Amino acid sequence: MSPAAITAALVTGTATSTGLGPRIAASILQVAAVAVGGPLLIGLMAKIRARAEGRIGAPISQPLRDLRKLVRKERIHAEHASAVLTLAPLVLVASAAVAVAISPLVITTPVLAGGADAFVVVYLLLMGSVALALGGLDPGTAFGGMGSSRAMTIGALAEPALLVSILALSIQAETSNLPGIVTATLAHPGWMANPERLLALVAVVVVVIAETGRIPVDNPSTHLELTMIHEAMVLEHAGPDLGLVTLGEAMRLGLLFGLVANLFFPWGIATNASVAHLALGVGVLGAKAAAIALVIALIEVSTAKLRLFRVPELLSGAFVLAVLAVMTGLVTR
Amino acid sequence: MSAGTELDLVELTAGVVLACAVVTLWRRDLRALVAVLALQGVALAALAAVLALHTGDVGLGVVAGVVLLAKGLVIPNLLARVVRRDPGSRETTPLVNVPASLVAAAGLVIVAYLSAGRLTSLFPSPMTRLAPLGLATVLVGFFVLVTRRKAVSQIVGLLLVDNGVALVAFLLTAGVPLLVELGASLDVLLVVVVLQVLATSMRARFGHVDLDQLRELHD
Repeated sequence: MSPAAITAALVTGTATSTGLGPRIAASILQVAAVAVGGPLLIGLMAKIRARAEGRIGAPISQPLRDLRKLVRKERIHAEHASAVLTLAPLVLVASAAVAVAISPLVITTPVLAGGADAFVVVYLLLMGSVALALGGLDPGTAFGGMGSSRAMTIGALAEPALLVSILALSIQAETSNLPGIVTATLAHPGWMANPERLLALVAVVVVVIAETGRIPVDNPSTHLELTMIHEAMVLEHAGPDLGLVTLGEAMRLGLLFGLVANLFFPWGIATNASVAHLALGVGVLGAKAAAIALVIALIEVSTAKLRLFRVPELLSGAFVLAVLAVMTGLVTR
Repeated sequence: MSAGTELDLVELTAGVVLACAVVTLWRRDLRALVAVLALQGVALAALAAVLALHTGDVGLGVVAGVVLLAKGLVIPNLLARVVRRDPGSRETTPLVNVPASLVAAAGLVIVAYLSAGRLTSLFPSPMTRLAPLGLATVLVGFFVLVTRRKAVSQIVGLLLVDNGVALVAFLLTAGVPLLVELGASLDVLLVVVVLQVLATSMRARFGHVDLDQLRELHD
């Protein structure tokens, strides 16, 4: 089947014998898996870091417990803030949930898979970042503005690198539709060792580190005024709102890990919505995401945080690797 | 080995050679630069070995061995010795800063792809289509030579040019004659030895290896 035909089949839902109902169920399963799995991944990375530093560390489920604690707290709203501060966490979680629902994480044909274009998913993620940055600016505090400005600087550099590296994959698959790329890669396992994919993988890992605010770009466990980026931006959120922000960030992390896993190594993803396939898909996705978490946690342990002015160097390196991946893809096609 | 796997391996190793060239622009730490250069040498040797296995050419197999020995082991080791005596040595102030160099590298790669079209159209085959990768490596090597200041970075640039030329040769003609490759490898080896002596005596006299500081002649 030609890539264009795959995309058309995805849009109309005829790619598999799966009906609309099971596909909706599969999408809901994806959102639930990422909503629970994202915080667990964060807990796992904290645990690996603690162990590598010779500490015992908090249990892996700690982020979930923190979420439960935050949700039970009283709602407090900053005095001079407008509705933007309240809406920002909702937009963040909603955009992340939509991106998760349509992406090929557990199953290759989630609902609306035909709309899961690389650009749609990347800009859904960007929508959440912009909402969060506006939320940081809204209360008018110094830290919020500083954090928003830094987060946008990094986001503006990371976004093109992410898009160009997905473009490198889509040249080969002849479609920028993410489920289409995953399906095409499943059909051609030999592609996984192609040079353009390896270059794009390195670029994407750097982008994921930047987008999820891990060391060496940002330190998620610091509240030191001069170095924090993400934490400065969300300083004015409290209680359930902060819980939503944390959940949204964890879902984005889960989505990015899952996308990297499935775009580059799509083994084990469910191709139809039978219960056995979906169970296997969730299990394999969890295992692959945990493997990526291990790699990123080890990078975190072994590197020091970069000075803010050196971050563009890192991200422009990722961008150039992505450009190289595209050019290599064009030349070897 | 089937023709498909063999082509995949050639694509992979050629991609690694170019990626290593770009990484030398990315990193400032001279030790990392030398490690990347060693990786590039090994990738180049692997490419030659794959071609030798494919064509059954014994001479090419020997060339692969020479490349591995010279570019993968001996030269990086010599450079590592220069760097080790100067701990913490970094390319602190290149003439073009790192983000700009990386963008320039992207531009050079595109130039290489555009200009290699005519060359590869002379004899289109899956191997010759990869020649732009080697050309891009050569251009990036020249860029390193022009913009980096430390003696070690300069020699790394020279070696990038050499590796790029070798890559183009392997891809276009399935390898140069043994004698030529032997000569080129020994030549480069000699250059590295000379550089090592130069860098050592520079550090003994001036306490640094920054070539830009060498402006005037003294008695």
